Amino acid sequence: MNALSVRGLSKTYRNGVQALKGIDLSVEQGDFFALLGPNGAGKTTLIGIVTSLVKKTGGEASIFGYDLDRDLEAAKSCIGVVPQEINFNLFETPETIVVNQAGFYGIPRPVARERAERYLKQLQLWDKRKHASRGLSGGMKRRLMIARALMHEPRLLILDEPTAGVDIEIRRSMWDFLREINRSGTTIILTTHYLEEAETLCRSIAIINGGRIIERDRMSNLLRRLHTEAFVISLREPLTRAPSLEPYVVRLTDEHTLEVEVSKDANLNDLFARLSAHGIEALSMRTKVNRLEEIFMRLVEKGTAA
Amino acid sequence: MSAVAENVPPQPLAVGRTRWVGFKTIVIREFHRIIRIWSQTILPSAVTATLYFVIFGTVFGRRIGPLGGFGYMMFIAPGLIMQAVINNSFTNVVSSFFGAKFGKHIEELLVSPLPSWLIVSGYVTGGMARGAMVGLAVTAVALFFTHLPVAHPLIVVGAAILTSLTFSLGGFLNAMFAKNFDQISIIPTFLLSPLTYLGGVFYSINWLPEWAHHLSLIDPILYMVNAFRFGFLGVSDVSVTEAFAIMLLAVAGLFTAAVVLMERGAGIRE
Repeated sequence: MNALSVRGLSKTYRNGVQALKGIDLSVEQGDFFALLGPNGAGKTTLIGIVTSLVKKTGGEASIFGYDLDRDLEAAKSCIGVVPQEINFNLFETPETIVVNQAGFYGIPRPVARERAERYLKQLQLWDKRKHASRGLSGGMKRRLMIARALMHEPRLLILDEPTAGVDIEIRRSMWDFLREINRSGTTIILTTHYLEEAETLCRSIAIINGGRIIERDRMSNLLRRLHTEAFVISLREPLTRAPSLEPYVVRLTDEHTLEVEVSKDANLNDLFARLSAHGIEALSMRTKVNRLEEIFMRLVEKGTAA
Repeated sequence: MSAVAENVPPQPLAVGRTRWVGFKTIVIREFHRIIRIWSQTILPSAVTATLYFVIFGTVFGRRIGPLGGFGYMMFIAPGLIMQAVINNSFTNVVSSFFGAKFGKHIEELLVSPLPSWLIVSGYVTGGMARGAMVGLAVTAVALFFTHLPVAHPLIVVGAAILTSLTFSLGGFLNAMFAKNFDQISIIPTFLLSPLTYLGGVFYSINWLPEWAHHLSLIDPILYMVNAFRFGFLGVSDVSVTEAFAIMLLAVAGLFTAAVVLMERGAGIRE
């Protein structure tokens, strides 16, 4: 069964902007799905329609088989959403916010309080549960929205840029948390501008641009399409400019770091031999993780040109 | 952690339970809001009522003499209670719902499985709760200044509930249309206050010249105040049956309008 199924979905705003141009998309149950696209591509509109904050102008959408037009209440009860912007009452405490949210989904208060304790502890907000939420830091506010979205234990969790403005340490702990949520069976749809995040977390991906889905594949399939791989090499001695290592594309990112793009069928021994010939000593090497960024840019640029 | 297991079909939604718990949650949240800011929600009306009783009742009342066989203070008491109920029912819903719209936390309800009519009912019940609390506070103040008989208790309760319901719904509609904070004060200032003051709170419309008497009859608040006064004192300037018919029609019309606008998402959904 698909967690989300969308057919011919379109949206034209009153000002005439056509945000979605008849898109088809499905997300399998249990998937960790990345929905990527540049600003204004239609991601938030799509999420808005699925969560019923935006009214579609055409097409169909269903959540776990519940049609949004015919079984709206059942469909909504399956979804938890973490929006891009802070949208809780800043005068209420985190505990009140999450307990009330559970109530809106029919969770009785005693159960809601137990879950509030569990999720606020897991997201390191328990100590702040009695504080007015306006006093929380940006990262805490984002975690509070995740806790709130989980209170009714949704089958589909939609996160619209959940780690925007969050420091790297908290971001990584949020990644671990989301992986665990996904492992326990919750389908996750994630939009993010951090492509490293999508590459690290997600198994499937769709890229949306100009209101159309321009790519939809397994993450591994998509990454396999790259004919080159980028490596980051740490150097013992500083360099003032990048050496010429034809046919490799070399970039000096700082005086102790080289970034080298290598064809997938190239022999790495040859690369090291060339480095040695230039008197360059490599201390360590790692794969550059944002390979997705490259594919993303190619697809979006191609789509824009078309 | 989520207890959801993969490949298990979704459980059917327990619609009745979800709606009941959801409704209670909205009402509890509204009630807590009223209590949390009691100095803004309860106290001002009690203070204003005290001033009215001191100035109009004690100072002017002695010179005015009895009205319909009742002392002036006793005559205005039901109107002052109703004035407080009207203002507070309206203000509670308009400020709470517009605040939720402005702060975007209305989205918490819009993404939930609760239907529009239930969200409207929850906010309106919150407005009625504040109307009742303030109404009781003003009644307590009134009893400090005057004796207040209750001729028809059911009419008192019925008129209070329907009036509070009407103006809570009015507040909801105002909040739906409002785009900024100025627009939530326009209706109370330029419509509600004049209609209340001209609605026979402080006088009988029988005192007025004929043209003003006829003009007063188009003011719906006149019917509410008089029905409420009839419940206490057994006297009214208008037909109590007509008054209840007007209130029921107002409630039905406003509730329908509020639910239709919520369904359409006026000002809250794109």
